Amino acid sequence: MKREEQKVYDYLRHKKKFPNMWCAGCGIGIVMHAIIRAVDRLGLDKDEVAMISGIGCTGRMPVYVDFNTMHTTHGRALAFATGLKMVRPEMKVIVVMGDGDALAIGGNHFIHAARRNIGLTAIVVNNSVYGMTGGQYSPTTPIGGLTTTAPYGNIEQPFPICDLARAAGAAFVARSTVYHAIELDRLIGQAIEKKGFSVVEAVSYCHTTYGRLNKLGTPVDMMRYLKENSVKVRDPAERRSKEQEGKIVRGVFVDRDIPEYTELYDQVIERAQAA
Amino acid sequence: MAVKLMQGNEACAEGAIAAGCRFFAGYPITPATGIAEALARRLPQVGGKFIQMEDEIASIAAVIGASVGGAKAMTATSGPGFSLMQENIGYAAMAEIPCVIVDVQRGGPSTGLPTAPSQGDVMQSRWGTHGDHPIIVLSPSSVAETFHLTVQAFNFSEKYRTPVILLMDEVIAHMREKVELPSAEMIEVTERISTDVPAEWYFPYDEAASDVPPMVSFGEGYRYHITGLMHDRAGFPTLRLDEINPWLTRVFRKIERGLGEIIMVEEEWTKGARTVVVAYGCTVRSARHAVRMAQGKRYKVGLVKLLTLWPFAEEVIEQVARTARRIIVPELNRGQLALEVERVAGRNKVRRVNRADGEMLTPQQILAAIEEK
Repeated sequence: MKREEQKVYDYLRHKKKFPNMWCAGCGIGIVMHAIIRAVDRLGLDKDEVAMISGIGCTGRMPVYVDFNTMHTTHGRALAFATGLKMVRPEMKVIVVMGDGDALAIGGNHFIHAARRNIGLTAIVVNNSVYGMTGGQYSPTTPIGGLTTTAPYGNIEQPFPICDLARAAGAAFVARSTVYHAIELDRLIGQAIEKKGFSVVEAVSYCHTTYGRLNKLGTPVDMMRYLKENSVKVRDPAERRSKEQEGKIVRGVFVDRDIPEYTELYDQVIERAQAA
Repeated sequence: MAVKLMQGNEACAEGAIAAGCRFFAGYPITPATGIAEALARRLPQVGGKFIQMEDEIASIAAVIGASVGGAKAMTATSGPGFSLMQENIGYAAMAEIPCVIVDVQRGGPSTGLPTAPSQGDVMQSRWGTHGDHPIIVLSPSSVAETFHLTVQAFNFSEKYRTPVILLMDEVIAHMREKVELPSAEMIEVTERISTDVPAEWYFPYDEAASDVPPMVSFGEGYRYHITGLMHDRAGFPTLRLDEINPWLTRVFRKIERGLGEIIMVEEEWTKGARTVVVAYGCTVRSARHAVRMAQGKRYKVGLVKLLTLWPFAEEVIEQVARTARRIIVPELNRGQLALEVERVAGRNKVRRVNRADGEMLTPQQILAAIEEK
């Protein structure tokens, strides 16, 4: 146990920046830890890893990890990361975003990063609400959910993040939850290793805002919900089965080999210099 | 030295390459598209990279990301896109990331007059992003000047760790002129200050050594934090007044200490002039013509050409105002830089000559103001 703790300390700015600013019981720390375990298992050099975020609760993650870290503007993390990846293609660039950050204000950058298939790892922590600003509805809030800006129930359809990423052209798309922490770090590891744009949706919860407004109980209750209302698939083709209806489906949905953007651009340079 | 006939947009692209720019991200927009087209062709030839992003917000974001990775980086746009870029220009000012933003001004507001010249973004270039921040804005009045000021924009940007805006206009961007391109060894190119101190001693915002702290690129063994939040010397968010105030003072001081070289002004016939025309960008061309016509009529008239709009050339205008009875400020807007000239020279001395309908100011319009009693 002691040794495991030491290992985590290698990746945290624990002497400088802790305790963190997340609410007790929040799932974001679990995602952060899963990323660290994935990076450690892959044996990546910390100097070669960048973590870029936007704004929101998840946006604060880069402060705590000992990588090259950048906390950018709301929604734009993928665009900043695109510039960095183009001039430093050898780096592993991990982009962490919340659901509002990635899919509302940043929705355009999300689909275009996927369409380009640029080698970034996008991790979307989906707690289905704007937590930092106090619980407004987000693009993934369920229909009927109560939020401070939907006091009579949300009437907007939620975005299916993984379907969106698949349709937009991502090379790797997977989903797990913060209850399934070990599964989450395996998927994140696969995503980081994948050449091309990879997306991992980490389903989490916000007990402080959404949970309180909708009377969903304590963090433990919300964690139990993730455990009891999710189902794992081994084959993406079996996704639509009856057993999965109304459940959070976990697993890998897309894993395809398509040309990666920075490698294609190297060919552009070759063509330009040959001409 | 090579003599070429080229457009302002092409000269801007060539100036960028000469300055060492190796990354461009942009989005098509009239009248700035020519810069993107030229760099899409030129950058990969020199091993650089070009990307057309999904919008202008993404373009400036990618430029800042590339600069953090160590590349000299630029974007180019026009009014509507410049408006979209403002938030991230503030990010570059806050995080002190060097980058160059070209705004080829067109008639506005909104979609306005996409193919017509304007100088309507003078105040936006200074105060477009929210919050107090230093900025450098340069404005060329010829194709050749566009080349040189683009190089200068990169040099200032790298030297002072600040976004620099090159404020062009549709006339200069689309006009073709003869340009003498200097050979590479004749061009002075500034590189950003880096460091090789051990990583644990590196503080990206440490003011101990200099007002412009050394900047190390990501991926070079210095794992530090960059944020748009107010930050301490290590780059981490802070709410401490004893860290916020020194930061604010330093980022303004770093530009103030460089004013001697940053403020570029050219004076023509100003000695003993009773009337002085203060102009910038394409308007300089009409102004010079008007001044010559007036001189032919024995008026004592001079011209001050501002190559640097921000920080404002207060001392030069103060000096001119001491001897000149009247200062004329022609602009393709309803009076923007005139506000600064009036602030320094006094309202009584300043005559504005304005036009914002998409047409150039003619020499005759400026001459009429010179001749006015």
